[in-house]
Order: sequence, then C-alpha cells, then structure tokens
Amino acid sequence: MASALRHASVERWSRGSSPLHRVDARAKLIALLVFLTAVATTSKHAPWIYAAFFVLLGSAIFLARLPVMAMLARAALVLPFSAVFAAMTWWAGDFPTAAVLVAKSFLSILAALTLAASTPWVRLLDALAFLRVPRPLLLVIQFLARYLFVVGNQVAHMRLAAQARGGIGKSSLSGFHAAAGAVGVLFARSWERADGIYKAMLARGFTGRFPAPQVAPFLARDVAFLCAAVFVTVAVRFAL
Amino acid sequence: MKPETENVIDVRGLRYRYPDGTLALDGIDFRLHAGECAAVFGANGSGKTTFVMHLNGLLRGEGSIEVCGLRIDGSAKADTLAAVRARVGLVFQNSEEQLFMPTVLADVAFGVANMGLSSENAARKAKEALEQVGMAGAAEKAPYHLSAGEKRRVAIAGVLAMQPDILVLDEPTTSLDPPGQRELLQLLRRLPQAKILVTHDVDFAAALAARAVFFERGRIAGDGEIHSIIEQFHWSRGSE
Ligand SMILES: Nc1ncnc2c1ncn2[C@@H]1O[C@H](COP(=O)(O)OP(=O)(O)OP(=O)(O)O)[C@@H](O)[C@H]1O
Ligand SMILES: [Mg+2]
Repeated sequence: MASALRHASVERWSRGSSPLHRVDARAKLIALLVFLTAVATTSKHAPWIYAAFFVLLGSAIFLARLPVMAMLARAALVLPFSAVFAAMTWWAGDFPTAAVLVAKSFLSILAALTLAASTPWVRLLDALAFLRVPRPLLLVIQFLARYLFVVGNQVAHMRLAAQARGGIGKSSLSGFHAAAGAVGVLFARSWERADGIYKAMLARGFTGRFPAPQVAPFLARDVAFLCAAVFVTVAVRFAL
Repeated sequence: MKPETENVIDVRGLRYRYPDGTLALDGIDFRLHAGECAAVFGANGSGKTTFVMHLNGLLRGEGSIEVCGLRIDGSAKADTLAAVRARVGLVFQNSEEQLFMPTVLADVAFGVANMGLSSENAARKAKEALEQVGMAGAAEKAPYHLSAGEKRRVAIAGVLAMQPDILVLDEPTTSLDPPGQRELLQLLRRLPQAKILVTHDVDFAAALAARAVFFERGRIAGDGEIHSIIEQFHWSRGSE
C-alpha cells in the first residue's frame, strides 16, 4: 500500500502549476541528463562542488514549490543501498570515496524525483519519445509503470479486505502466514488484472503502438530555462 | 436481392474451454440484426462474459463467428481483427481494467486514435463522448482516482467515442447511481446502433430491449420476447 500511496503523491505533485511545471518536459529532461553527467563525473576531492549541486537542486525544488521534507524523505529511500557500499569503502579506510558515493546517489535520485514531481507522466513519455527513445522501450516503461500501479493497488485492496475480516495488518505470526499466502494470490491477481488490461487495449484496437505524441511548441521560456540550467551546472562542475 | 433484415452478428456452434478445463460455452447459436437490441440474461457463471469476449476476437473458440460479414476464426488476419474491433464496441464488466491511460481524456481518446484519427480529432471526439456521459469535468483526472460509477461512465465514453456499429455492454449499470442509470438508458435509446446488453437488471433491460436470450451452463436455453423470457425463467425479483 505504501508504494501505491507514494506513487500517488508524486503523481499529484506532478500536476502542479509552478514555473518549473510549466517548462517544457524536453528542456527539463535534457537539463536532468546534463546534471546527472556532471554529478557522476565530479571528483571526490571537491566536497564544496557537491554542496553547490545541493543548493542548485534545492532552488529547483523551491521553484517547483514542492514539499522539501517529503521530497528528501523519498530520495532517502536509496540511502540504504548506497550506504552498504559506502560502509564497505569506509571500512577499507577511504572516507572521501564513501561520502561521495552517498552524495552522488542521493543527488541523482533527488534530481530525477524533481523532474518526475514537476512533470506529468504523459508529458515525460512524450519527451522521451521526442528524444528518440525507441518505441519498444517506451512501451515497456509505460507498461511497467501501469503494472506497478496495478500491483500496488492490488496490495492496497487485499490488505483492506483482509483487515476488514480481521486478517493481516497486525504483526503476529498468524499475520505473517496470512501475508505469505496473500503474496501468491497477489501475483495471480496482478497477472490476471494485467491480462485483463491488455485485453481491454486490444478491444479498442491496440496494435502495439501508442498514438503519436502531441508536440507542443518549444517556447523562448523553455530555451532560457535549458540554457540557464546547463550553464549553471557546467559552471559548478568546472568550478568557475 | 438484399434480405430485409441484415445480420450484423452471426454466431454458430460456438464452444469455448478455458485453459484450466472449464467448459464455459457449449454450442452457442446467436444472430443479431442491424439496429436490434438484445438483452442477455443468465445465472452467474453461465458464460455471458465469455460469450461477449468472443464478439471482437479477444477469445477464440470453436465454431464460427461473423461480424458485419467479417469472419473471425483462427486464421483471421490482423486487419480483419482491427476492422471487427472498430465495429464492435465492448464495455467490460470490470471497468478497472478498461481504463489504463494516464488521464481520462487520453483514455477515452485511445480507441479513436487507434482507428487512425489525428490527435486533435481524437481529443475532440473524446470530449464529445465525455460530454455524453456527464464526465467532461474530469478530462484531466487520473482514471484510477475516480469513483466506481465515474469509472463506469468513462469506460462507456471510451467505447462511444469510437462510434461502433454494435455496442456490447457487460453489466453497464453496476455501480451507477439511479440518475446515472436513467441517463444511460436515455443515451442508449438515442443511439441507433445494434446493442447487446448483458445485465442482471431486468427492469433496465426491459426498458431498452424487446428481445432477450437466456444463458444456462454455456448454452442458450431461451431466446424470444423479453417479457416471456423473464416469465419462463422466473427471472425477476417479483416472480416466485
Ligand atoms: N479466466 C478464467 N479461467 C477459468 N475459468 C474461467 C475464467 N473466467 C471465467 N471462467 C469460468 O467460466 C464460466 C463462465 O464465466 P463467465 O465470466 O462467462 O460468466 P458470466 O455469465 O459472465 O457470470 P456473471 O453473471 O457472474 O458475470 C464460469 O464457470 C467461470 O468460473
Ligand atoms: Mg460476467
């Protein structure tokens, strides 16, 4: 259920109307790629560059009027993964590398999240299509997102149904058994639901390709955003 | 010489077995004239949904199915299927499955766009269809955030937008409020298409259809004037 709700809130934020929301998705996508490249290639001996990246990203989040704490909390979900590797490097006596590992992964995920939370999903897919991401890959992304949501919804429904009948939801051993059985049913149900969705698509004439994306004009505002974002990122990266 | 009444649907000897061995259809013969409206009654699990899934080639059983002169069988080509699916508009029993695009408008436009219309035209048709079901205000919402009855309306709009020759509605009144049912009734009365109406709502069916077929364990046990079918099978809450 948690994942469905999390998905839902990023989705809700993405429908906002801040200045950042209004920028063309293509401009934001390119800016993100430049930012990720800059972060990935920054040396571990320049901690203040990382600080500057954080400030840069912070101003984007501020511009998008997104809830800062909630965004940080969501981005922090990657920390356990990178922390394991960081701990190992620290153990080996290389503190700078460990710290940089954590900083890089946190910055990257926060940047991607900022894009996702300031751009409606449809616009993002259109932007990917525009940037010549191959259609099959786009299909996979779209299906994956849709099915993840389906699975999340199934979990939420089954959990509610179980709670309504006094089942799982409590942390007891019997609750664990109920949960283990439910996982099997969850997969079967998600599969059938996904199959049902596919049938519904076929019923309305789906032939394997989504309708061509709508191309909105690239405005002067979008050019200005892109130039500014790329300039500042590159400037920080090379510490001008 | 042209026959005075033309069959838009012609099904003969249809049998279907689900992969798990359930024999769901056991020799169905059914014909429908252009412009005719037929109700489909029958107990839970008698094969009604399985039957309508065959009408646009989502399931393939043994026997023969012809839709507007187009034959759906094992060797049916993709373009035959596409033509059939453009003519038969199927509203699923489960509208959760029918809605899969990121916004209501995109979802309703999905089928129209698959028919090859430009995105502006598809969006215009979609808006008209949403208007017809009273959901124009929700065009930009995410379908999975709608209430059950709202989902039903959007699912119906998705099919209306394609302007099919035959409307097949599987339990269309489920979760609609009384005004919603009344509006749907009036809407369906205005539409000139042939209709197949699978429903447990006898009053709704009788208000719309003159003919009814009765399913029993995968066969058609009765086919005739709707009131006599209702009486013959004691198919109303009032009859003992
Ligand atoms: N995916 C499936 N796999 C196996 N058996 C199935 C499947 N779907 C349906 N059945 C079985 O096929 C039979 C007919 O089911 P169907 O859904 O067509 O009934 P129905 O007449 O639409 O019932 P209802 O009034 O409840 O909607 C039932 O016995 C059902 O259990
Ligand atoms: Mg059914």
